[in-house]
Amino acid sequence: MKAVSVEEAVAMIPAGASVMVGGFMAVGTPERLLDEIVRQQKNGLTLISNDAATPGKGVGKLFDAALVSRLIATHIGLNPKAQQQMLANQIAVDLIPQGTFVERIRAGGCGLGGVLTPTGVGTLVAEGKRQIEVDGKPFLLETALRAQFALVHAFLADYLGNLAYALTSRNFNPVMAMAADTVIVTADNIVPVGVIAPDHVVTPAPLVDFLITNG
Amino acid sequence: MDAQTIIARRVAKELKSGNLVNLGIGIPTLVANYVPSDLKVFFQSENGLIGTGPIPEQGMAHPTLTDAGGRPISALPGASTFDSAMSFGLIRGGHVDVTVLGGLQVDAHGHLANWMIPGKMVPGMGGAMDLVSGAKRVIVAMQHAAKGKSKIVAKCTLPLTSARPVSLVVTDMAVIGFPDGKATLLETAPGVSVGEVMAVTDAELAVPDSVPEMKI
Repeated sequence: MKAVSVEEAVAMIPAGASVMVGGFMAVGTPERLLDEIVRQQKNGLTLISNDAATPGKGVGKLFDAALVSRLIATHIGLNPKAQQQMLANQIAVDLIPQGTFVERIRAGGCGLGGVLTPTGVGTLVAEGKRQIEVDGKPFLLETALRAQFALVHAFLADYLGNLAYALTSRNFNPVMAMAADTVIVTADNIVPVGVIAPDHVVTPAPLVDFLITNG
Repeated sequence: MDAQTIIARRVAKELKSGNLVNLGIGIPTLVANYVPSDLKVFFQSENGLIGTGPIPEQGMAHPTLTDAGGRPISALPGASTFDSAMSFGLIRGGHVDVTVLGGLQVDAHGHLANWMIPGKMVPGMGGAMDLVSGAKRVIVAMQHAAKGKSKIVAKCTLPLTSARPVSLVVTDMAVIGFPDGKATLLETAPGVSVGEVMAVTDAELAVPDSVPEMKI
């Protein structure tokens, strides 16, 4: 793990990159990284995020600044700007079931080719996908999902990069921290090694590439 | 009693002590208000919490404790938190005893459509498809009709949420179940006759000899 400034970290992300961003309706989202992406105008992004948050909050800022060209998400109903950009064909949007979304990312981080899920069988979600029977039950083959960058927010990070999360701000963060080539983390609190007990570490330090230093 | 209260009170009767329950947004959220305090029900919020409590008092909200809509909530003693893979493992894996969801249409075989209106409303399915696929019991809580049109239809015209039929539909006029895969009128709302239900229901409904009134 290397500690870097938010400016240095975002400078590493090229325009057009694929970026996973943790958070659920902007709760547990690395806001400082998103603010800096907007400031550096990194456009043409493929964004992989549970939702589109709301304008002005979380990943909603990326839609305000029209920096997203493709979105993979589960629900965008609470961000009218993201909906407008989708309906105007400014962004290509894949909407997928939330359980499938997180399992595809988990598979991507765990070296699996994909997962078999019953969710979506017999619906629009099944279109173009392989259906596989196991013990007489139908499942959809959902392939693994990875990104070039994962932007993760933790409650605690120690000097080595071990991470712990708070309450419902955990959500997709630990799963995404497994599934990207480069993992960049912001934390509410940076603490000495040992403050997070081994049993309470959720994301082990070797998964973290860059930790954003306190501004 | 208004339509939403009738529905929420009746659905609350379906919950049993020890149940793990997931409530969708809209009318389903109201169900928690009518669960008797001596009933030990665990409510799950899909963003990673079992043991959701009421909205915190003024000034007590914390930005890391929210419901699936991003609104502040509290956590009850005995609550637990987890990541989204665990949350949907609970949902898809059959660990959730009851989910209560809103609906746009339910058809004569119990198929639910509740996630999009092509060309008009495309918000995404969020967790709905996983909930209908995986929860042990799926209860739909919705108004019987919208703008004079029945929401209990012969066949869904809107895209389905799951190929798996739901367990029960509770409306402001009736309770409908699907024994043997066939829509059946199980109860009527107070002051509503069987004839009145039939008049505003598009789907063919089986009507047993005796149809009791909802006890709410």
